[in-house]
This record gives sequence, structure tokens and C-alpha cells, in this order.
Amino acid sequence: MDTAAVEVVDLVKRYGATTAVTGLTFSARRGAVTALLGPNGAGKTSTIEVCEGFRRADGGRVRVLGLDPVADAAALKPRVGVMPQSGGVPTGARAAEWLRLMASFHARPIEPRLLMERLGLTSVAATPFRRLSGGQQQRLSLACAVVGRPELVFLDEPTAGLDPQARMATWDLVAALRAAGVAVILTTHYMEEAERLADHVVVIDRGALAAEGTPAELTGGRREVCFSTSAAVDTARLEAALPEGSRVGSQDTADGRREYTVTTDDPDALGPEFLATVTAWCASAGVLAEDLRVRRRTLEDVFLELTGRELREQ
Amino acid sequence: MTEHTFTASARATDAPATGGDDASLFTPAPGAAPMWRMVASQAGMELRVMLRHGEQFLLTMVIPVLLLVGFSLTSVLDVGEGARVDALTPGVLALAVMSTSFTGLAIGTGFERRYGVLKRLGATPLSRFGLLAAKTLAVLGVQAIQAVVLCAVALALGWSPSLTAGGVLAAAALVLLATAAFSSLALLMAGTLRAEATLAGANLVYVLMLGLGGVLFPTSSFPAPLEQAASVLPVTALSSGLRAALAGGAPPGPGAFAVLAVWALVGGLLASRLFRWE
Repeated sequence: MDTAAVEVVDLVKRYGATTAVTGLTFSARRGAVTALLGPNGAGKTSTIEVCEGFRRADGGRVRVLGLDPVADAAALKPRVGVMPQSGGVPTGARAAEWLRLMASFHARPIEPRLLMERLGLTSVAATPFRRLSGGQQQRLSLACAVVGRPELVFLDEPTAGLDPQARMATWDLVAALRAAGVAVILTTHYMEEAERLADHVVVIDRGALAAEGTPAELTGGRREVCFSTSAAVDTARLEAALPEGSRVGSQDTADGRREYTVTTDDPDALGPEFLATVTAWCASAGVLAEDLRVRRRTLEDVFLELTGRELREQ
Repeated sequence: MTEHTFTASARATDAPATGGDDASLFTPAPGAAPMWRMVASQAGMELRVMLRHGEQFLLTMVIPVLLLVGFSLTSVLDVGEGARVDALTPGVLALAVMSTSFTGLAIGTGFERRYGVLKRLGATPLSRFGLLAAKTLAVLGVQAIQAVVLCAVALALGWSPSLTAGGVLAAAALVLLATAAFSSLALLMAGTLRAEATLAGANLVYVLMLGLGGVLFPTSSFPAPLEQAASVLPVTALSSGLRAALAGGAPPGPGAFAVLAVWALVGGLLASRLFRWE
């Protein structure tokens, strides 16, 4: 009962010469939402597919509900729901008919009609899978993952390509699962999704753990001061005017100005006085700080710091 | 089942959840359905998908019926001795069996593999054995429909089989054995080749077997070497066996059974070794 929903220790997964996962360790609690966050090709899907028992690990130890995903597959399957990234339904099967089939594999399923209603699929109940929109296909796949009343569900990019309404419906459903005590492991590269849904975020980069914690722990409750201006700012002199450990970063904005971001190592240092120091310096330097604001650091900031800003070639 | 599962299921009702608040709707209550129910539902789904599929319906129903009607009513083809429909019906039945258990099954399974359906089903409580059982039942279901339709059409065309209990039994045994052979070859193809290659290959085999397999006319009209080569084909064994069984003369010899058994054995062994689920 007190075992973790998923426990991954030193997981290694190779495909031929390439190593997709290089010694990943994390665990996911029962009754909580855990988000695996990472750029494309970071090893999220490989990790989840090892946990689902689809692939064998090349090294390390994986336990799902305390069991081995390959050796104990038969015992795990009724207890674990799976939503693959795409597909998984015959093109000629109708939406409701396929969900009813999935329900029939379980002893005490959720009434399929209720799930269809909840996910806005009632109007396409008789539509073949190939004629559903991408978003409808995703939602049907999500319904299939939860219809058997599992203890644990794996959702691989559940909201990729969804419109805002459909994304909201999916988020509501994940929140309801969590409230009912279901453990949810999802992969995503939407920061907002991880920030809103996850109790625990595992940032994966190049097949290894980059950071983990609650969204609040990861952002560290850190704040930063941002402003933009068309005037020239001598960042070294601004830094010199601020308490030790402060840094000024800058980047060009689309409208030809520069945006400046002032951060400091000590989270407590960034208070009212700090802001006053920044604006006083601007006044003395004749800089009009436009769009001046104190901003909490987001998960996206942390994510980009951890994984870099450059575009990857996969 | 673990203690956790037990407590969870004790809280839930045995009936499917109906309404109520979210917490009770999603409260974990995992458990697999009985095997027979999973297999029955899956077989029903497979059967509906097969019957709904336009191109498959063409191969399994329309073409056999057209061949039977067309060549019974016209004399463009030398079908051998006796009434034309009597000579044609066993061969067309054999073609129908092949179209479902080989061509249809191979193409359907190939695309299921391609679209991740087999992989997704692998994550459900339905076991691989259960899935194979469901596919077999669906294939037999389609074949039963084919047999009823083709026999009705043949009888309407004046087919007069001389049925004996032994002959009907032999025919049924041949069909079952051929279904095993064709299905294992279909799964071998679908489980190893790309879906497009399976589509092309399975259709090509259908056409070749239609011409070479003694479906429309006995292979005795072929040159001797070709006749010998054709005699080891599963569809030839089935059509010649059915011809003997339904004509009421001498029962089919052990040759047809042996050919089909060898194909079933070899195909089954290879498929179970080489089949890849994704």
C-alpha cells in the first residue's frame, strides 16, 4: 500500500547504438500527478514505455505498483491504464463501440456513455476512428485509458494538438482522477500543463534527470524584475548598483527594443528596496523602464535554464 | 490480486458506475473481466470491422459470388466435366475461405500493427492468446456467412451436391485445417512485413491462387509439372478436397489433409517465432 506508484532507478534504454535513457532515477507517488517534462527526444516516451511493459529496460530497476512491468505484466494490466501518443484504435472502429470494447475487458468499468459525455464525444459516438478530428481521437484514447478504473494511468502527451476547450476538459479529468486517488504519470512539453496539474515534476534532458520537485520547489519561489527600453543600458553599471549576487540579462524583443531581466541569487533580497534600487538607477541613467514588472519565475524559465535555449537537431 | 485492489473493489459496486460525483466515478476499482467475455467482445469487434470494410467485403463476398454466378451461367471457361455449377462451387468455397483467413486477416492485422492497435491491445487485460482466439472466431464467423451465402446462390443456380455424412464431416475438417494454415500464413506475413507490403503481397497471392490453385477449374488441365507444383498449395488441397467431399464419390484422400496440416504447422511455427507486435 505504501509502495510508490512507479519507482525507476538507474534506468537505461538503448536502441542499437543510440542510448535514449542514460541512468534515470525518479519515483511517482500514488494518488498524485507526476509530470515528465523534457524537450523532444529527451527519453520521456522511452521511459514511459518501459514502465508500461512495452519495452524492456537495458539496465536499472523499474517497479510499477511494486511489481515488475514485464514479469508481472498479467497482474498489472487490469490495474494500469495507458494512453499512447497516437493511434491504438482500428481506423474502422466507431468511437463508442471501441470504448465499450475497452470497458468490457474490465470487471467494474465506468459506464462508457458517461465518459463520452464528459469528454464531449457523444456527438461522434457512431463515427469511425479515422473520421474523428485529432483532438477527438486524443480524447477517445484518454477515455480508453481510464474506463477500467485503474489505480495508475500513463498519459503520453495527453493534450498535444488539442484546442483550448479540449485541453481544459482533459485537465479537468486529470484533476478528477487525482481527487479520486488515481496516480497519474503524464509526459508533456507544455509548461503550463505541468505547472497546473503536477504535484511532482521530473525534468528529463538527454535521457537523464535534470531536476525534480514540486513546481514551487523548481521555480524556488524566485522573482525577477523585468523591463524593456529602447535606450542603451550599461548592464555592468546596473549590476554594480545592486546587492551582490544580482545579474542583469537581456535579449532583443520583436519590436527592436531590448528586454532586461534582473535576477538575484538570494530569493529574499528581491524585495521593495531592490525594486527601488533598480528604478533609482534607471532614473539616474536617464532610462525609461517600460513594461516594468516584478515577475515570479515560471517553470518555463527553469526548464530553459536547465535544457538550454538552442534548438536541437534531435 | 493485492490487498489494495481488494479494498478498492469492496468500496465500489459490482455494476458499472452510473453518475454520481467524480470521486466515486474514478475511484480505483481495477479488475479483469472473465476471459470468455473479453474474447467474445473482441471477436464481435473484429467481425464487425471485417464486414464493414469495403475492400475486404469485395474480396470475401462480391468476387466469389460473381465468379460463381458468372462462370455457371456462361461457358467462357472450361470447368471440367459435369454441371458447371457442381464443378465450380467447391472451388469458389475454397477461394472464399482463403479470402477471409488469409487475405483479409493478413491485411487487417498488418494495418492494426501499423496503427499501434496490437500494441494498445497488449496493454489491456486481453491476453495474446485471447486476441488470437478472438481473431479465429471472427474469421470462422465470416466464413460461416460466406458458406451460407455461396451455398444458397449455388443451390439457386442448380447445384446438386451429393452429400453424405462422411463427406460433410470431411469438408468441415478440411475448412478448419485450411483456416489454421491460411491464418498462420497471414499472421506470418502481417507480423513481419510493412503494412503496405502485406497489402500488396496478400492481394497478389489472392490473384495467383485464383489462377493457379484449382479454384475455377481442376488442376488436372495443367501441364504435368505445373499440376504437381500446384498440388502442394494449400488452396489447391482445399479445393480438390472439397470437390471430392461434396461430389459424394470417394472421400478425399489423406493427401489434401497432409498438405494443409504441413502448411498449418510450418506457418504456425514461423509466425509464433517471427511475429512482431509493433
